[in-house]
Amino acid sequence: MSATNTHKDTTQGHDTHGHHPALAHHFVSLEQQHEANILGMWVFLVTEVLFFGGMFTAYAVYRFKFNTMFQEASNQLDITLGCLNTVVLILSSLTMAMAVRSAQMGKAKPILGYLAATAVLGFAFLGVKYFEWKHDFEVHLIPRADFCWDYAKERRVEADHHEKGKPFVTKVLGKFIGHHEEHAPPTTDRILADKKNPESQQARMFFVLYFAMTGVHAIHMLVGFGLIAAVAFWASKGTYGPDYYTPVEVLGLYWHFVDIVWIFLFPLLYLLGAHLGAGH
Amino acid sequence: MSTINLDRGLIAGADGGTTTAPAKAPLNYLNCESTVASWLLTLDHKRIGLLYLVGITAMFILGGTFASLIRFELLTPKGDVLSGDSYNKTFTAHGVVMIFLFLIPSIPAVLGNFLLPIMIGTKDVAFPRLNLMSFYLYVGGGIFLSLALLFGGVDTGWTFYTPLSSSYANGNVMAAALGVFIIGFSSILTGLNFIVTIHRMRAPGMTWFRMPLFVWAMYATSLVQVLGTPVVAITVSLLGFERILGVGIFDPRLGGDPILFQHMFWFYSHPAVYIMIIPSLGVASELVTTFSRKGIFGYEIIACSSIAIAIFGFIVWAHHMFTSGISPYAAMVFSFLTFSVAIPSGIKVFSWLATMFKGSISYASPMMFFFGFIGLFTIGGMTGLFLSTLGTDIHLHDTYFVVAHFHYIMVGGAIMGYMGGMHYWWPKITGKMYSELWSKVSAALIFVGFNFTFFPQFFLGYLGMPRRYHEYPEELQVLNVLSTVGASVLALGYILPLLYLPGSLFFGAKAPKNPWGASTLEWTECESPPHPHNFESNPPIPDHVYDYSQLSKEAVRVSH
Ligand SMILES: [Cu+2]
Repeated sequence: MSATNTHKDTTQGHDTHGHHPALAHHFVSLEQQHEANILGMWVFLVTEVLFFGGMFTAYAVYRFKFNTMFQEASNQLDITLGCLNTVVLILSSLTMAMAVRSAQMGKAKPILGYLAATAVLGFAFLGVKYFEWKHDFEVHLIPRADFCWDYAKERRVEADHHEKGKPFVTKVLGKFIGHHEEHAPPTTDRILADKKNPESQQARMFFVLYFAMTGVHAIHMLVGFGLIAAVAFWASKGTYGPDYYTPVEVLGLYWHFVDIVWIFLFPLLYLLGAHLGAGH
Repeated sequence: MSTINLDRGLIAGADGGTTTAPAKAPLNYLNCESTVASWLLTLDHKRIGLLYLVGITAMFILGGTFASLIRFELLTPKGDVLSGDSYNKTFTAHGVVMIFLFLIPSIPAVLGNFLLPIMIGTKDVAFPRLNLMSFYLYVGGGIFLSLALLFGGVDTGWTFYTPLSSSYANGNVMAAALGVFIIGFSSILTGLNFIVTIHRMRAPGMTWFRMPLFVWAMYATSLVQVLGTPVVAITVSLLGFERILGVGIFDPRLGGDPILFQHMFWFYSHPAVYIMIIPSLGVASELVTTFSRKGIFGYEIIACSSIAIAIFGFIVWAHHMFTSGISPYAAMVFSFLTFSVAIPSGIKVFSWLATMFKGSISYASPMMFFFGFIGLFTIGGMTGLFLSTLGTDIHLHDTYFVVAHFHYIMVGGAIMGYMGGMHYWWPKITGKMYSELWSKVSAALIFVGFNFTFFPQFFLGYLGMPRRYHEYPEELQVLNVLSTVGASVLALGYILPLLYLPGSLFFGAKAPKNPWGASTLEWTECESPPHPHNFESNPPIPDHVYDYSQLSKEAVRVSH
């Protein structure tokens, strides 16, 4: 036994030491196991920073290269929904922090409640994202063969005109349940002509990066749901208490990281160079 | 003293054949369980190391076969064995297999897995399950990648440069990229596991500056694996988006920038060179002190130079792009930084020389590999300076000079170190002694064959022979024949250990606990082969890791 390791479970003296059901055989103490797991997650998050870092680098390069068109393209995104999602995600970080706190205090019921709330907020985030992506699909902003910047611009002008003067709440609700007038899709000729336009290519680059970054972020959230389900399952069995709550804390670190990625994505994609409230 | 040790090793080899009695073998990690599942699902870092050994050996043979094809084709100036297209696929396969499936996992996954927990006095790595998962990611990615290369093939070279790889190349570029992605995660998980193990699992008393230098090298390597690999993972993912969806991140026709791909690729792939070479530097430090029977010269500075190489490794990547059209000012900075990598590398070489100075050097076979290593690594490093000089690089870029340079580092350095390490720790891993004679023959063949293979390539490159062509002007044939003949000798040198090392399992003498009189924990506190939990109890940690003053007596005592 390590003389340098101080352990918290002093209630039974040394007899129980090493006999906690959650203690793996190759660790000396729960404390060592906890610290190893936490550090492991931190190192993993460092790799995640570099993974996203590749995309942030590409974004920075093209933002610098095509600044004007990136601003134009950025204005096709919905800042209201972006703000809403940012609030939703920050709230989910709060509930996750509360789940960790409950685990540390040994309160089984609240752990489950807070984990459920986190998952619900996470789903809400992806739900909003779904409506945003659906809109991009409708106006031909998905960077594939039928991408049409020209068409998207026109539709945006129409929409702005349509919404002018309506109250804010109506505008927001309209994004989810609003009726959609049928619009004729752009003709093949128009798409082909649009392809030759350098402005369209540059806007398309923005959307490539937008979908890559928000897409990879969304995949991380899906993984997070799986982890939440696993931790919730063990929490329901009463596994976690003041002397053992490592998985909850590890999950918390992961979830906060995914939130922080969004905290960087949101200003980069939505806010930089935005024409706030200016209309068109 | 050293000759006494060596003699004892030989004596053990002489009488071992008659005295091996399997009946009374003490419990060790090899005989504790013997079912297939106990191997394939093992969580023991030592067994996982052996699983990796099987995997990377198979990949080494595969990559070596591709290399033989290349050298066979280059025997004559005309392209008579392989068509241009098959030649492209062959050198791509050689590069991809050797780099991603052999060199990167070699020392960390085999020797690192086996030794790292033992060297810091603990039972296992921090995350045994993750360790096993990392192995299966390697197997899955490896099979996937090998099949992609063998059936259909990839002709982009291991560098996957755009727009060749994104717009023009046929074949299995996507499958290969996915294979690299999967194997990348295997590498990341190994690095993560080692970092946490070193930080959190050291035995009481095992302070940072009491760790063996091999552990320091593993730490530096792990840092590079963890920080570099994710970038190549996202880079090949973006390449995948580009190829599948037709988006133009790296395609100039769609506003993209192919140079960006090169930056992102080399941001990983230059440090990847250090994933391959730093472990060998660590092995070399262990070998030189043990076989000189002298504490290593400048322990702290060697330890820190490993970290320094890892850090420098991240700020030199654009030296691969001097002729790609990057800014001349950036090129100057990257040239200067590349030069500065020579400082920590030189520190190591001089420290090894100083360690040998007035040491009691024994010429056991691991030390023979070390001698080969130090010479070849030095030549490889020095010729790197030619290439980091902006003026000469314009002449030498993409010629056989580059090929020779990086083979001196990767084969002469990394594989030589790996061979030295395998021969050094083989008795510990298997509990058997191999033939001293044959291993020395192997070391000599590898050294001679290697130099005949690659030294002429410096001249070929200087004379202007570009890499990656299956034909060349007739006046270059003499040097090419020399290179191919050397490669045959080299191949022989590599085939020998494939015979006598496994052979030692059946015919070798039983290895004593500490046949070399080494001072690190795996020799002083562990049986050969080790107990399933490595140690019966926490091992005592000496104040100085390479202290031979007490050990000499013990090594002799063990011998009879
Ligand atoms: Cu390099």
